[in-house]
Amino acid sequence: MEALSTFGQLLVAGLLTGLVFALVAVGLTLVYGVMDVVNFAHGEFVMLAMYAGFGLALLGIGPLVGLPLVSIALFLFGIVVYRLFVRRLLAGPPEASVFGTFGLLVLMQGLAQALFTSDYRSVPNPPFQGTVQLGVFALPQAALVEGLGAIVLTAALFAFIEYSPVGRAMRAVSEDRTAATLMGIDVQRINLLAFGLGAACAGAAGALLLLSNPAFPDVGASFALTAFVVVALGGFGSIAGALLGALIVGVMEVLGGYYLSPELKLVPVYLAYLIVVLARPQGLLGRR
Amino acid sequence: MSARVLAVVLAAAFGLTALPGGAPRAADPPPDIVIGSILPLTGALAQTGAGLRAAQELAVDLVNGHVSYPLPAVGHSGLPHLGHARIRIVFADSQGKPDQARVAAEELISQEHAVALIGAYTSSTTATASQVAERAGIPYLNSDSSAPGLTTRGLHWFFRTTPSDATFAANFYQFLTDVAHARKTPTLVKKIAIVGEDGLFGTGAGDAEAALGTQHGYTIATRIAYPATTTEVNAEVQRIKSAAPDAIMIASYLPDALLFMRGFKDQGVTPQAILAQDSGFIDPGFVRALGPDADGIFTRDVFSLDIKHRNHAVPLIDQLFRQRFGGKPLDGNSARDLMGVLVLADAIDRAGSTAPEAIRTALVATNIPGDHTLMPWSSIKFDAQGQNIGGAGIIEQIQDGKYETVWPFDVAVKPVIWPMPAWKH
Repeated sequence: MEALSTFGQLLVAGLLTGLVFALVAVGLTLVYGVMDVVNFAHGEFVMLAMYAGFGLALLGIGPLVGLPLVSIALFLFGIVVYRLFVRRLLAGPPEASVFGTFGLLVLMQGLAQALFTSDYRSVPNPPFQGTVQLGVFALPQAALVEGLGAIVLTAALFAFIEYSPVGRAMRAVSEDRTAATLMGIDVQRINLLAFGLGAACAGAAGALLLLSNPAFPDVGASFALTAFVVVALGGFGSIAGALLGALIVGVMEVLGGYYLSPELKLVPVYLAYLIVVLARPQGLLGRR
Repeated sequence: MSARVLAVVLAAAFGLTALPGGAPRAADPPPDIVIGSILPLTGALAQTGAGLRAAQELAVDLVNGHVSYPLPAVGHSGLPHLGHARIRIVFADSQGKPDQARVAAEELISQEHAVALIGAYTSSTTATASQVAERAGIPYLNSDSSAPGLTTRGLHWFFRTTPSDATFAANFYQFLTDVAHARKTPTLVKKIAIVGEDGLFGTGAGDAEAALGTQHGYTIATRIAYPATTTEVNAEVQRIKSAAPDAIMIASYLPDALLFMRGFKDQGVTPQAILAQDSGFIDPGFVRALGPDADGIFTRDVFSLDIKHRNHAVPLIDQLFRQRFGGKPLDGNSARDLMGVLVLADAIDRAGSTAPEAIRTALVATNIPGDHTLMPWSSIKFDAQGQNIGGAGIIEQIQDGKYETVWPFDVAVKPVIWPMPAWKH
């Protein structure tokens, strides 16, 4: 009985952890799906959002009120980065976007270090501390809020892509760039929008992650690494896949950490990733 | 011919002869003695590196100055046994990287002709830089790296003033014994959980804690090493909960320290004490983020301004440090590095020579009483491996959001609150 309730607690914790991973992964997969670009600096966008959220918190603006502000700010930031930088990368060979966005990662981390120093910035007395008791399970409120945010964000993005005219245009660009152009879709504009939306997702993720994590220059890297695995596992470009991949990774990490050893908790995750990449390179829900 | 040149010529013609009474001309001042310092001056640790640099520069000024404090080598206008030669530090950047630290050490020895090296903060950079000094036959004094393995490499030229994590682990057990003794119970704590990140810091601390715990008859209920960059610690917290320890010893950086503390609270993990290896637990963000939930946590520290009760130089040096480092107080890192330069200057002075072997012999003979340091140490004396045997840490407890020194009892400013208070919901 004891063992069973521990398992249940771990499973729930794993699912919540997975939702947090999904939060970071959806923006990444959206940009890839539409533009065929893996934005290596996605984690740094999250980092920037966390600093923005921290700044708002200092002004007395809580994370939930701050969330839309941070998302909008990151959307605009994404647009600027696209116009000045990513647009040019798209004109080059495929490697250009790999090295270009990786360079952006290094630049943003370096700038954050120079401007904000490498000190940890944690929000004083953040809201949503404590737990919600669900039967025998204690669910941390911060993780619940983050998880809920992930579900809402994923659902909204999914609905937007599936049902809105712009979303349809995005899918068209993603399926066949040339054909989409011939159909009169402004590919540049769709790319711009997708990159901005991806950055806005990073903004929402950063604002929520601030509930349980301090902001520091390298913070994005730890989340982004998992996000890359999640996206590859779920299928590059698939939003539902990102959610599924994230839940799998979250549950495997937590169960692996308990039943194997905390040192080895990432082993089953990467093993599953390797198997999927070998047996089904497009990922679980990926196309092609 | 400009007026200035004319003045110089006139001075040469008449001025020199006008020197009073043909007194013997003072000999040229002896050349500066160069100490090479390897520090992380750029990169992620640049902030820390800047503080260490400021501390070492302050130490140089204290040695070269004439104001006396109860500290070694200070206030004699240079090194008296070397004709009051001044010391000078040349800094080289390690960028916090072991490879770069090696290059920096090589440059300091071959190009700057440093007579001794000091540095390099992180244990991995100290490891490579000190290998260079070993090959070159130059004394290397480390004042700020705590990996126990650094002094068990059998190096001839390596000395370390700071206690290692093994000492801090021993302090934890001494603390548990002392608290039990004060409360007149034979055993307060039986089962211990050891938790640490899986890098050099966490595993080094954990190894020492586990070995000493077993030796002292404690049960190590669980030992957990988790990936340092992890974003969640659910499994780790559940494992600790299942082990139901009386005390938790933990070595974490700030993000993971916060994850663990929130996890312990959320899952109702309630040991009698949580004993932390500073780092994340003494970061200003720790209390800020946790508020009252931080209360009751014990953390070891290497230094506290409370040491003023033993050496009145502490607040004075603290003031001088604040003046040159943007108002920031002297802390464990800066105090240790300042002390390191003084110990090295003291040895070079006693050697009366800049020959490496002479400096090494003087370092071996070092014997500085604890109240002539800025640290909570009993003395500075090196064993055969070059480790200072007088080193010790202090233990602080967070009480009402403030770090209060509670051990050793003779420098304590507040009594121990035991067991730690229950989590507030």
